[in-house]
Amino acid sequence: MIPELGNFALILALCLAVVLATVPMIGSLNNTPGWVALARPAALGQFTFLLISFACLVNAFLSNDFSVLYVAQNGNSQLPVIYKVSAVWGAHEGSLLLWALILGTWTVAVSLFSRKLPAEVLARVLSVMGMVSIGFISFMLFTSNPFDRIFPAPLEGGDLNPLLQDFGLAVHPPMLYMGYVGLSVAFSFAIAALIGGKLDAAWARWSRPWTLIAWVFLTIGITLGSWWAYYELGWGGWWFWDPVENASFMPWLVATALIHSLAVTEKRGAFKRWTVLLALLAFSLSLLGTFLVRSGVLTSVHSFAADPERGLFILVFLCIVIGGSLMLYAWRAPDVTSGGKFDLFCRETLLLGNNVLLVVITAFVLLGTLAPLIYDAMGWGKISVGFPWFTAMFVIFTPFLVFLMGMGPLARWKKQDPADLARQLRIALLVSIGGGVLLALPLFHKGSVSMGLAVALSLWVVSSLLLSLRQRFRYRKGLSGVLKDFGARGSGSYYGMLIAHLGIAFFIIGITSVTQFDVEQDIRMSPGQTVDLAGHTFRFEGAKAVRGPNYRADQGTIRVFNADGKEVAVLSPEKRTYTVQTRPMTEAGIDAGFLRDIYVSLGETLGNGDWSLRLYYKPLVRWIWLGGILMGFGGLLAAVDRRYRMASRPETVAAPAAAERLATQSRS
Amino acid sequence: MTRYLRYLVPLAIFFILVAFLYRGLSLDPKRVPSPLVGKPMPEFSLPRLQDPAATLSDSDLKGKVSVLNIWATWCVSCRAEHEVLLQLANTGLVDIYGLNYKDERAKAQQWLRQLGDPYLANAFDADGRTGIDWGVYGAPETFIMDKQGMIRHKHIGPLTVDALNSTILPLIAELQATP
Repeated sequence: MIPELGNFALILALCLAVVLATVPMIGSLNNTPGWVALARPAALGQFTFLLISFACLVNAFLSNDFSVLYVAQNGNSQLPVIYKVSAVWGAHEGSLLLWALILGTWTVAVSLFSRKLPAEVLARVLSVMGMVSIGFISFMLFTSNPFDRIFPAPLEGGDLNPLLQDFGLAVHPPMLYMGYVGLSVAFSFAIAALIGGKLDAAWARWSRPWTLIAWVFLTIGITLGSWWAYYELGWGGWWFWDPVENASFMPWLVATALIHSLAVTEKRGAFKRWTVLLALLAFSLSLLGTFLVRSGVLTSVHSFAADPERGLFILVFLCIVIGGSLMLYAWRAPDVTSGGKFDLFCRETLLLGNNVLLVVITAFVLLGTLAPLIYDAMGWGKISVGFPWFTAMFVIFTPFLVFLMGMGPLARWKKQDPADLARQLRIALLVSIGGGVLLALPLFHKGSVSMGLAVALSLWVVSSLLLSLRQRFRYRKGLSGVLKDFGARGSGSYYGMLIAHLGIAFFIIGITSVTQFDVEQDIRMSPGQTVDLAGHTFRFEGAKAVRGPNYRADQGTIRVFNADGKEVAVLSPEKRTYTVQTRPMTEAGIDAGFLRDIYVSLGETLGNGDWSLRLYYKPLVRWIWLGGILMGFGGLLAAVDRRYRMASRPETVAAPAAAERLATQSRS
Repeated sequence: MTRYLRYLVPLAIFFILVAFLYRGLSLDPKRVPSPLVGKPMPEFSLPRLQDPAATLSDSDLKGKVSVLNIWATWCVSCRAEHEVLLQLANTGLVDIYGLNYKDERAKAQQWLRQLGDPYLANAFDADGRTGIDWGVYGAPETFIMDKQGMIRHKHIGPLTVDALNSTILPLIAELQATP
């Protein structure tokens, strides 16, 4: 009964999405306030029914209702409660429902927090989100309904993929979806602006905090995914350039370009057409990612059930949404006036340079991702594109990107004398080159040009940030002046930028250090045997059998001692076999540290208590995710900048009056 | 007019993309019919991975049911299927040979030490010449031969437990039963 309620709620949500997509939009075009006013309640209603529907599916998992096909495939009565809930988005149908629910949530959030918007702009934004929602809900209802029943119902469920039975993967998809779907807000704002023909600083200001928040979720989602891959897959890798990963990385790159471009449009009124195109692209790439993941046109280790019929549905949907929006763009953009004038060299052009680089990188990632498909379609055979292609691309583009990034915060808007900027950055350049050369020399370790380059780039970023901080404090005297600055208007975006860029510096060093100095050894060990690796001694204490709630495991014990013979860690890597899906899983034993990780995973049992073990010493690996967290935190700080709230407060009072005025106007 | 044309560029690029994606829907990245199925396996003679002095040739695979797995350390999916290969090896039902395809010897040896070695022996195909004879599109691929050395099945992409249970193990059992 309850699954039917869920299905019914989903149908009602679709009906409301149709209302939301049409009525307010038409109302805004022919000036019918009553129709425009329908946007908010329709958004709220859609959200409510999606929530009910989602709750019904959660309930089906919690109550082990294996008469529901989706639950029978992915649930199990032995699953711990947290994984029963996360199993809801553990496969195709349920993750679509989560996607739709999150889209509904964003729609409601926009309707609640954008009261300062003119009513017809808000109506258009919500309407466009409603159109996207129609696509996803009908996709679910017509091709992949999570509430389909199965008869006769099996006694026990097929269990959640053991890889997904992990806290990291329980939270990773919702975060990532918040990011993907959040980009639909920027997209809808862009479409609304194109329809209204008003692409101005106000538009950029409205969409900026939304875009930032979506970007923060995307950043955190990707970081979580990478961290999960690292500790769960058991071989210490943290990024694989898998199509599904690229599908999340491409929107991130474009969204990064977008948040910078929005800043220029808000502050200087420039790059309007470019910004709007980025907003369209960012969400289009999220949708493309969905297509790639769901349709099975590419092989991926993240194998979701692939189905050509589903693929065709999404492709048609893509054509309507992306094709339609780009058509609107081609029609409207030529009439957009170009904004503020600027010189050849100034902050605008530096930001544009970075924007272009980010988009070029995105294009290369897209090309690398689709190359197997393109080759196949052209009949050139089958290829697989791997690490070398993507690594080469990053090694080529990142230095330019980072070089511009260092100059950006110090450069002036509109007009910047290059010689003057060079004078300011002299110290930064010196520090950067000096540090880089020092690290490239074989003083501390065997020496590495890559490490030197990475350190030089990071120091360049950090020292230019410090210079910019000094410049900012020049006119704020004493500690109280500095403290006052933290609370000032616009300080959130400034300090947010600072922290996010600092994140990039950590990230670069982390990646390079791990790829260059990572030490690994695989070895057969008998109980009591010791081995030395990277200045540490590892002693294998043997393995014993343990039982989990829904798996059996062999758990090894490894004691790690430092050079002085002091014990630094006791690690317990496991080799698990889940009872339902008898796939062997490795749980690595990790001793995490700011400067290094010690990582041990259990290989094969070799008889007589001997095991093959993999031991890793990974210097600075945490800096990769620390960088991601800093970027996310910086974005958050920028999103909650006081000036967005200050603008909203007085106008929330004014908004009803404006609506009334509009209403009286149309009545008269 | 030309003023408007440049704004159509994104749309044009998108439609080219859609054309490829549409074509992609009717192609299965995992399935390519192999003209070799039902034919005798191509001849080869290559140095062994573990011992460059010794050779591995097609005649080593004859006279019994055999599996040839094409793999490389640069191939991410190969890592994914490795556990499954180990499981297949543990059943002891069939001899698994490897063709280490366009790889580096040291890396490949390291890989087998690290992940476990399911292979009876590996041929080291540095320039991929033998791979071409076998019609290899991309690693991993797995061939199953009968006792006469005829190719009976080709699996493209990583082996899965499902594929093992539904196709490969039954086929091996059937081939073992026939003289």
